[in-house]
Amino acid sequence: MADGEGQGTVDGFIELDGVEKVFDVRRKAGFLRRERHRVRAVDGISFRVPRGEMVGYIGPNGAGKSTTIKMLTGILVPSGGRLRVAGIDPARDRTRLARRIGVVFGQRTTLWWDLPLRDSYGLVRRMYRIPDARYRANLERCVELLDLGDLLDVPVRQLSLGQRMRGDIAAALLHDPEVLYLDEPTIGLDVVSKAKVREFLRDVNAERGTTVLLTTHDLTDIEQLCKRVMVIDHGRLVYDGGLDGLHAVGGSERVLVIDLERELPPITDVPGARPVKVEGPRQWLAFAATQSAAPIVAAVAARHPLVDLSVREPDIEEVIAKMYADRKAL
Amino acid sequence: MADAPAGVLRRAGEGVHAYGLIVGMWVRSTMAYRTSFVMMALGNFAATALDFVGIAIMFTHTDTLGGFTLPEVALLYGTTSTSFGLADLALGTMDRVGRRVRDGTMDTLLVRPVPVLAQVAADRFALRRLGRVSQGVLLLAWTLYRLDVHWTPVTLLLLPLMLISGAVIFGAVFVAGAAFQFRAQDASEVQNAFTYGGTTMLQYPPTVFATELVRGVTFVVPLAFVNWLPALRILGRDDPLGLPGWVDFASPLVALVCCALAGAAWRAGLRGYRSTGS
Ligand SMILES: Nc1ncnc2c1ncn2[C@@H]1O[C@H](COP(=O)(O)OP(=O)(O)O)[C@@H](O)[C@H]1O
Ligand SMILES: [Mg+2]
Repeated sequence: MADGEGQGTVDGFIELDGVEKVFDVRRKAGFLRRERHRVRAVDGISFRVPRGEMVGYIGPNGAGKSTTIKMLTGILVPSGGRLRVAGIDPARDRTRLARRIGVVFGQRTTLWWDLPLRDSYGLVRRMYRIPDARYRANLERCVELLDLGDLLDVPVRQLSLGQRMRGDIAAALLHDPEVLYLDEPTIGLDVVSKAKVREFLRDVNAERGTTVLLTTHDLTDIEQLCKRVMVIDHGRLVYDGGLDGLHAVGGSERVLVIDLERELPPITDVPGARPVKVEGPRQWLAFAATQSAAPIVAAVAARHPLVDLSVREPDIEEVIAKMYADRKAL
Repeated sequence: MADAPAGVLRRAGEGVHAYGLIVGMWVRSTMAYRTSFVMMALGNFAATALDFVGIAIMFTHTDTLGGFTLPEVALLYGTTSTSFGLADLALGTMDRVGRRVRDGTMDTLLVRPVPVLAQVAADRFALRRLGRVSQGVLLLAWTLYRLDVHWTPVTLLLLPLMLISGAVIFGAVFVAGAAFQFRAQDASEVQNAFTYGGTTMLQYPPTVFATELVRGVTFVVPLAFVNWLPALRILGRDDPLGLPGWVDFASPLVALVCCALAGAAWRAGLRGYRSTGS
């Protein structure tokens, strides 16, 4: 414990030391009989995030990502361990911390359904007592970067999922939070909205130095945004480091899906890529995820009649499964 | 720190501020469907008004009910309706806590820098509930005009004190009921028994009920302090339990105790909140 405190003061803006969350779950087991059992949603996690870092927090469904965020925001009280955000114990000082953090839950909007988007922002302004000039500058910036100009006077119920998510992200940033938590911000979004959200987060992190922690199971989010990624599975941190390292550890592969003009034998003449599947004129080429796709695409295009192509990111479940397999093999 | 009186006052002030803000948002949301709002408000008014018409009709067959005349019963009815109507207008929609706990949307309230109680109290604020208050106030006005009692400065003061204390007691019941929903999300029926059931009872003179029931309503759930005890003093009648005279003035004190208990229940409930799995 003593040395944990010592480390904590050095650089941790967000600090977790052996944090646990255990849920007592009661389940119906037949008529009137209830079975109690414990779910270790977060099972002894420790990490530190310095101010201004952008970190991806990834893992399969049920891994404990949302539970971690709920503890970081003070919604849930940890069952064990020590947790600090900006030196504050979130569960004890939830309301005080709330002024300094922004939270976006992917599936839960905080916008007002029947009112124009603008009204939701007005409420945030008054609830957080944001000074007028600050508010106007922040709103202007969000509107521009998230392309909300035409949406401000539209009732929220008429917005698409992607527009609403952009609206929600702006709402979480109007009070200049020092740290922004996003739980699955890109889930279910269209390509355009996804791109806008990513670009905006990158900008917020770079320009304002906002610390960002986002959970996702879309590896592309991480790839485009985060230098550092933490992988959680069954409540435990199984990886903490760069994305390249993750791919190296996981030995994961991306897949290039190409549509050719006509049916051809499997393409074997592209270095670094190997055919994994052929279906008529469509072929699947696997290559190491640590490698750039550009030279492979160029090589294919140079040698074969290419019509269309897309790149499939490695599936997070697959990467983690491979990590486990490799660990066992060691 | 947070328990220092200044801290408590500041938090209360913040709560009221936030409550006002959120209520404003709901009122504006309601106005997005203006016609349906007007219909609902009128319906609300008509339904509660018809309720009293039922009692008035009873009096065409009898001159007194449990020894009380029509204006006297109307005083009981008007005071309960007004008190309950005020509490119901301000906090009546709090029973959505259960739903928010079940579907996990409570999470979004917990990350705001204002008291959760204020946010929940203002949740889905329904202006149409003005219907009940206006009925209560109108009836009360009529009663005061018709009522044949000797007003003294004391009884004149007792009237607003009774209305406010009554509203606060009902409000405390709403808060306690909402707090209980953190544990049992479908507990709103129990709460309704106290609030809606309680008002129905308080609209009649205590003399029409069994003494045991009146005793329960006085001591166990202190609803008798909403209007029965002070109203009996105004009407110059003895209460059926034969309690000492000062009890008629105890309503504000009872209201304060109810608030403290409801506040403790709320904090305990909130502490036990455990969100939901995704
Ligand atoms: N409030 C809760 N009550 C009971 N179990 C929960 C609760 N929240 C999460 N869990 C369980 O804890 C585990 C982790 O959940 P969660 O943190 O939501 O995972 P993730 O966000 O990574 O998908 C799951 O098994 C989930 O069912
Ligand atoms: Mg989740």
